[in-house]
Amino acid sequence: MRLSDDEKAMRDGAHGAAKARAMDLLVRYGEALGAERLVETNNVAGAFNASTPSIAHLAEEGFDKVYSELNLDSDETVEIPHMAVPTCQLITGIDNRNWQTQGVDEKLAELQRRSEQYLGARGVNMMATCTPYQVGNVPVKGEHCAWMESSAVIYCNSVLGARTNVEGKESTGAAALTGRIPYWGYHLPENRFATHLVDIDIDIDEMADWGVLGYFIGFAVGEDIPALNGIRRQPNLVKLKHFGAAAASSGGVEMYHIPGVTPEAASMEQAFGPNRDKQVIRFGAKERRETYERLQCATERKVDFIMLGCPHNSIEQMALIAQLLEGRRIHPDVALWVHTPHAIRQMAERSGYNAIIEAAGGVVMSDTCPAISRKLPPGVRVVATDSAKQAHYLPAIAKVEGWFGSLADCVETAVSGEWQGAG
Amino acid sequence: MADDAKAPVRKVTLTGRKVVGGKAAAEALVTRDTISGWGGINERDGSVIERGHELNGISFAGKVLVFPGAKGSSGWSAYFHMTRLNGVAPAAMIFTRMTTKIALGAVVTRVPAITECDPDPFAVIETGDWVEVDAESGTVVVTKRQGGT
Repeated sequence: MRLSDDEKAMRDGAHGAAKARAMDLLVRYGEALGAERLVETNNVAGAFNASTPSIAHLAEEGFDKVYSELNLDSDETVEIPHMAVPTCQLITGIDNRNWQTQGVDEKLAELQRRSEQYLGARGVNMMATCTPYQVGNVPVKGEHCAWMESSAVIYCNSVLGARTNVEGKESTGAAALTGRIPYWGYHLPENRFATHLVDIDIDIDEMADWGVLGYFIGFAVGEDIPALNGIRRQPNLVKLKHFGAAAASSGGVEMYHIPGVTPEAASMEQAFGPNRDKQVIRFGAKERRETYERLQCATERKVDFIMLGCPHNSIEQMALIAQLLEGRRIHPDVALWVHTPHAIRQMAERSGYNAIIEAAGGVVMSDTCPAISRKLPPGVRVVATDSAKQAHYLPAIAKVEGWFGSLADCVETAVSGEWQGAG
Repeated sequence: MADDAKAPVRKVTLTGRKVVGGKAAAEALVTRDTISGWGGINERDGSVIERGHELNGISFAGKVLVFPGAKGSSGWSAYFHMTRLNGVAPAAMIFTRMTTKIALGAVVTRVPAITECDPDPFAVIETGDWVEVDAESGTVVVTKRQGGT
């Protein structure tokens, strides 16, 4: 791999041992990919926090040890300096406020707090969300990023037109200290054109429709790049957040185009660019019904847990949940957890939404989600969620049955204790 | 290809591109299903835990893992990294589809890894075959299991 003089100096230790270890990892990784060079990045989103039992063991040797081993793949424990470029923490395992409700061990909650102080002192911004683009990290078109979190990557590439591959814990750790990432995959303009045309002949409008469409497309295109034809209503952040998370769960979709909506495709022709060999997929009423059924993996209609906010809720989703729950009480046998970034939780607090949700018997959670933390209320057997992504992962991870439906279906289920959606 | 009873030891050589250097020799574990890291494997014993996966419940620890590649969460590398720390990593990896997840995962698992193999590894290698991987030179020597096809 070709390195610049600055990159060689970092590799050779001119800027300290940590940057040398970081550059060593990036070179090994870049060569494994077959990348020709690195590219500069000023925007890193990774997973640095110490919040799991396996990390607690390493943390006994100090947080430099945790970063060296898990974020740099370095046997040698190196002193970690300040991050070289703006860097944020993605979703983490523990809600700093609600760890007791989660059922987290007190020592682990304390470890995460100390870990955050260590990371904060080195310039890691504690966004603690899977949706950094909702709380201030909004890359501009063309910006090279190094992001983890599949639902954030697909949003970054498609909706924002910034450029990132799905990075990992070690590559983001190294990128944060060097401002470099392999120039490969979605960093190259020629790899960003559509490969599949999805012809949609039904109206896609509600958030649940967007989730179902995304879940269908992930299965249909795998890791390729779909372009959507037949979207007649303007989507917004919430709908595309759900669509992308679903497509990245059933498949490995990291980029899509909606001509006239997403920034790299003013037209269908532009979406496909030089790609001539387009495959065509149809999405109609039959495909919607089949995919909706595929998302249901429950038979028991008595529900004991409602999970809302995957990816983390926007402020308007918080407002809607409050509106639906105003003056009502959820069923005594049901737990309702609503997940939103802590910055949005603060806005929701000030707007009075949290008070309404809590008065109804719900909990407003931040920083984590049940799939990441693997913490659910005790004894849960049947879950309902408005997220296709959570409906995909939670039954496998937590060995529970899962229902998928609209936000309104989930709220009505929370109140009645019985699944109120279709299916 | 018919087995000759008088020549039970049959060897096939594949050539490919080095992803991570090094040499290893072990039994093959072959799957046509891509593997998830986070949510797809148990990093304490190296077993696949995904429901419906061809290898569900089977451990790749100490095996030459032959598979299409990675899928799922960006935690892929972190989970394979932990299989190394826990001593249950595969002995080597042979895969067919390059992605950032598999590249980074192979690098931090620090086992010999090869891709772009010719002939197609799925046409040649079966579970139980003895496989010698020399990633530096990009060669894989497969000794077919006795009684195999």
